[in-house]
Amino acid sequence: MVTRGFTGRRPTAAFARRLPPGQFETDDFPVLAKGPTPELDLAAWRFTLSHGPRPLASWTWAEFGALPRTVWQGDIHCVTTWSKFDTRWEGVGIDDLLAAAGVAPPSAFVLALSHDDYDTNVPLADLIDGRAMVATHFDGQPLTAEHGGPARLLVPHLYFWKSAKWLKGLRFTARDEAGFWELRGYHMRGDPWKQQRYSDDP
Amino acid sequence: MSGPTHWQEAVIERIAPLTPRIVSVILKAELARHIAGQHLDVRLTAPDGYAAQRSYSIASAPGQPVELIIEKLDDGEVSPYFHDIAQAGDAIEVRGPLGGHFIWRAEDGGSVLLVAGGSGIAPLMAMVRDWAGGGVSTPLMLVCSARTWGELAFGEELERIEASRADFRFVAAITRGPGHRPADRTQRLDAPALKELIAQWGRVPRHVFVCGSNRFVEGVTRGLPDASLPAGMIRTERYGGAE
Repeated sequence: MVTRGFTGRRPTAAFARRLPPGQFETDDFPVLAKGPTPELDLAAWRFTLSHGPRPLASWTWAEFGALPRTVWQGDIHCVTTWSKFDTRWEGVGIDDLLAAAGVAPPSAFVLALSHDDYDTNVPLADLIDGRAMVATHFDGQPLTAEHGGPARLLVPHLYFWKSAKWLKGLRFTARDEAGFWELRGYHMRGDPWKQQRYSDDP
Repeated sequence: MSGPTHWQEAVIERIAPLTPRIVSVILKAELARHIAGQHLDVRLTAPDGYAAQRSYSIASAPGQPVELIIEKLDDGEVSPYFHDIAQAGDAIEVRGPLGGHFIWRAEDGGSVLLVAGGSGIAPLMAMVRDWAGGGVSTPLMLVCSARTWGELAFGEELERIEASRADFRFVAAITRGPGHRPADRTQRLDAPALKELIAQWGRVPRHVFVCGSNRFVEGVTRGLPDASLPAGMIRTERYGGAE
């Protein structure tokens, strides 16, 4: 349906190819969160990999900092329709994390858990083979608290609500269990190129 | 299909300035009844098929025609359409109501504290109107930040509600001009200032909703959680510099 008088502001051809449907490009880095930004103490910070309630491996901040590092550069897409191009992240790849833990993935589903009681589900296949990391740095600087610091999940090929801020752990689950937004009408997978915004989007 | 995520046509019934930078848009659409705090997705389409979509909170009470309030962003793509082009009778596409976190229903009880920065008042206004129109006697305090009284959306309506309801407390935080009423504050609103207002109110809020720009929400909520007000009670909705 054409809207009378609306012309819009088109991205350049080069940008348009990188922009998933229904998105617009911004230079800003908007912040969305369900509540206040938690202030986390690095001395007490721990990251835990678990299978259901059972811990598989756990790292302090210092131990986490000694794991192999990964850099990723590219575009990120928020379900609220902004996309940000050429972002640069550094952290620990999920493949390296699993290797350091010395465990084979016990299931095909993961729930990312945050310090503010947020959670979000991500299939294991979307986390491994270099597709995701636990990011501690953005644009060469330690990740600020409002953007999820000290550490957040980064799954850049899915809508950014999957990249949980203030990450405290990854939990393998037997089934694909809905997380915070997924329980509130958002899509279980969230592929921006398929516009998987809400639960009944294809 | 006609679920909340199905795009449908909505006709603009009325469009009118609310402040120098905010217009009120009343829509006629076949939408499910919303819950106070929910939003609509709006889609505008150009003749060549190019489309832009944005989310806007609903400011009207549940059961009332949908009212969106839209602030003009000078470098925006969608908001200038509503300010400079749209007229009553024009059709746009919408889907919703959407959102299941930043919401309040009468049965959620109280006390309720609402904190708005600028056009962030929209979802909170839906809550105030829902509360004022319902039979609940939950104490409610609304703190609104605006540059001047003239830039505060719904100021007169809020004064009328204040005059008729003893359990409603309304404080305007005016950052670039004189206060309008004795209760108003003229300093920038931050967490210590909000704690002071809560103490003066004399209630322990059970639900806190804060909506505004990210800078505003950070300023108000950093350091706000404490033993009597755990972080889990505070819900935020933020918008960026981008539209």
